[in-house]
Amino acid sequence: MKYLDEYRDPVLARRLIGEIRAAARHRWSIMEVCGGQTHTIVRQGIDELIPVRMVHGPGCPVCVTPLATVDRALAIAARPEVIFTSFGDMLRVPGSGTDLLSAKARGADVRVVYSPLDAVRLAAANPGRQVVFFAVGFETTAPANAMAVLTAAREGLANFSVLVSHVLVPPAMSAIMESASVDAFLAAGHVCAVMGWTEYEPLAARYRVPIVVTGFEPLDLLEGILMVVRQLEEGRFEVENQYARAVRREGNTFARDALRRVFRVSGQTWRGIGDIPDSGLVLAPEFAAYDAALRFGVAGLSAREHPACIAGDILRGTSTPLDCPAYGTLCTPRRPLGAPMVSAEGTCAAYHNAGRVRQEAQEVLP
Amino acid sequence: MCLGVPGRITARDGEMGTADFAGLRREVCLAYTPEAGVGDYVIVHVGFAISVLDEDEALRTLAVLRAIPGGLDEVSR
Amino acid sequence: MSTGFDPLAATCPAPLTEDERVLLGHGSGGRLMAELLADLTPRLGAPATEDAALVTTGAPEIVVSTDGFVVTPRFFPGGDIGSLAVHGTVNDLAMRGAVPVALTLAYIVEEGLPLEELRRVTASVAAAARACDVPVVTGDTKVVGRGAADGLYVTTTGVGVRLPGAHVSAAGGRPGDAVLLSGPIGLHGVTILSTREGLGFETGIASDSRPLHRLAAAMITAGSCGVHALRDPTRGGLSAALNELAAASGVGVELDEPAVPVPPEVAAACDLLGLDPLHVANEGCLVAFVDPARAGAVLSAMRARPEGAQATRIGTLVAGHPGRVIMRTLVGSTRVVDLLVGEQLPRIC
Repeated sequence: MKYLDEYRDPVLARRLIGEIRAAARHRWSIMEVCGGQTHTIVRQGIDELIPVRMVHGPGCPVCVTPLATVDRALAIAARPEVIFTSFGDMLRVPGSGTDLLSAKARGADVRVVYSPLDAVRLAAANPGRQVVFFAVGFETTAPANAMAVLTAAREGLANFSVLVSHVLVPPAMSAIMESASVDAFLAAGHVCAVMGWTEYEPLAARYRVPIVVTGFEPLDLLEGILMVVRQLEEGRFEVENQYARAVRREGNTFARDALRRVFRVSGQTWRGIGDIPDSGLVLAPEFAAYDAALRFGVAGLSAREHPACIAGDILRGTSTPLDCPAYGTLCTPRRPLGAPMVSAEGTCAAYHNAGRVRQEAQEVLP
Repeated sequence: MCLGVPGRITARDGEMGTADFAGLRREVCLAYTPEAGVGDYVIVHVGFAISVLDEDEALRTLAVLRAIPGGLDEVSR
Repeated sequence: MSTGFDPLAATCPAPLTEDERVLLGHGSGGRLMAELLADLTPRLGAPATEDAALVTTGAPEIVVSTDGFVVTPRFFPGGDIGSLAVHGTVNDLAMRGAVPVALTLAYIVEEGLPLEELRRVTASVAAAARACDVPVVTGDTKVVGRGAADGLYVTTTGVGVRLPGAHVSAAGGRPGDAVLLSGPIGLHGVTILSTREGLGFETGIASDSRPLHRLAAAMITAGSCGVHALRDPTRGGLSAALNELAAASGVGVELDEPAVPVPPEVAAACDLLGLDPLHVANEGCLVAFVDPARAGAVLSAMRARPEGAQATRIGTLVAGHPGRVIMRTLVGSTRVVDLLVGEQLPRIC
């Protein structure tokens, strides 16, 4: 596919690896914030070929969805009048007692959609049912979810609502910079396609860390890592853009306008991390009628996390899955103890699916 | 997060359109890329175009990558 | 937060009672299904590693296989539930080196199904069976009340006679064997996925559903005893087939990622939905473990047949990491190719 295959060229990848090896005179720690990047790095084994420590960030909106929100989703999905729609990766996220897939097995009408507009269509086609969409995601997904609300409002669909759990990347990065020892960041290319990178400039200056907006293909990641390493070796800490074919400095102003119209910034609980001020989105007051938590009276539900899980340390990048005694034993993708084991792009699941295990880590390498 | 895949717009009708991904076609919402027309490539995430791909920048990136000297065609561990 | 708490003394938050219900994922060919079969088959006293069972060891060797079909939609580009039932069963026999000699056919029909649809499916079964040179010799039809089934379920049993000199078994792989694949992967799964409500997309591709017994026979003729193991990677995809064979043979598999043929539309669908082509179902290709000395001859024989025209070598068996499939990635690193856990769910990230 054009704009994809060119960035998967094995020969160029190996040359880039050689460049990184030549450029890195220290063992730097670089955090890739985005779970999609974690996925590529681990699936391709990129981090095992380069002399830097890749730290996996909290970049999986599925993983950081608060437990109480999953419980609210389950309570809503259990109602007989509800068709509960969601992106596929939310279905296996455990709430306090169960997950949406199991709820489906028990009779809840839970359906996977590719686009939030598919959920709006479902509402138009089923006027006798309440259609609820689980609106999760970062700044990349929020404009799509905003458009679903705007479309439902425009079409006067009284049977459509959204359960919102949106998280914003820069406040989380700021929180990580306060607490974790990471030398540099790869910023999430598709988040920046929407938001641009001006928000990252004060962060880079204040914490004196290089930030490189990076794409998702193997060559993108390797080039992003190379750009970061060069900045670190030269003592620079700037915001650079590796993903210039898709990201402009100001982002996508049309998408940002829609976000401002439909949502308001608010405090947000990140699963495994805790509360981060101004790091989430809630529906603006004029769209409160589309808030599923209010409509179904589940806004007051609270929940308590499982004590064994070190998801917080994983998501902040202070530990790897291999540091967790439950990893691969008590906690597997089959029975996830914590959120990073649930989504395929969660750090623990990415490790597990790539067969990374403590005692066998050496055995699989040639 | 955020799976985004480049697709070529094959039809556009107001805010909606069709994008082609290597022979796979799907409806996409083009509301956030009003400047994109038929033939343009856009990054599609959950059925929405979030960015128009810049051909010049893409070529520039590839040129930089291809300018890296070879000689290391097999990475040894 | 790390608390000094001993997680091994903790109970898992996923309540164990949840395991006492069948999930859709139990039928998707991944880890959940393996666990379910490991639970059920010992109760029958039957091993669960083969697609078809050898029931007599004297000449001729008789092979039997049975299979249920519940595909939605019932009609899809490249086939339908009827042709799929014939091909699926014929292929399970073929994976034991058998030529099909008879099929049985059982329908479970939901009240209200248009009779025209049942006629169409039956005509499709007949045409597919004719094309495989195998008669449908007996059958059964049951009708259940509305809502008790999803339109139509088809169950087929196949009986076959093993080719002389066929010594293929899931446990037959040996270190050094070449891993051969008869054609591109993912076509069937992506075709079915493209029709799903809420995912809908259009592709020019069709399911690869087709019989493989002639291809298998050509391979066994060309490779004689050198064809050690055959498997058609249906549910769970190439990953499940290789993991199952590796475990049964007690060998490791080393795959070469660039060598695995993935059609562009399949790659696009997987990129779009965040799926792994190695987990996507196929209905018309096979993977084989072949003695390296015969691999060239077997590959030539495969390529001489239309269903093996794009046959290629994708890897090698090794004595190390028995039961595990390791893939050399595009960038030259390695990763483990694991089983899908449950259902394939589209990701947004």
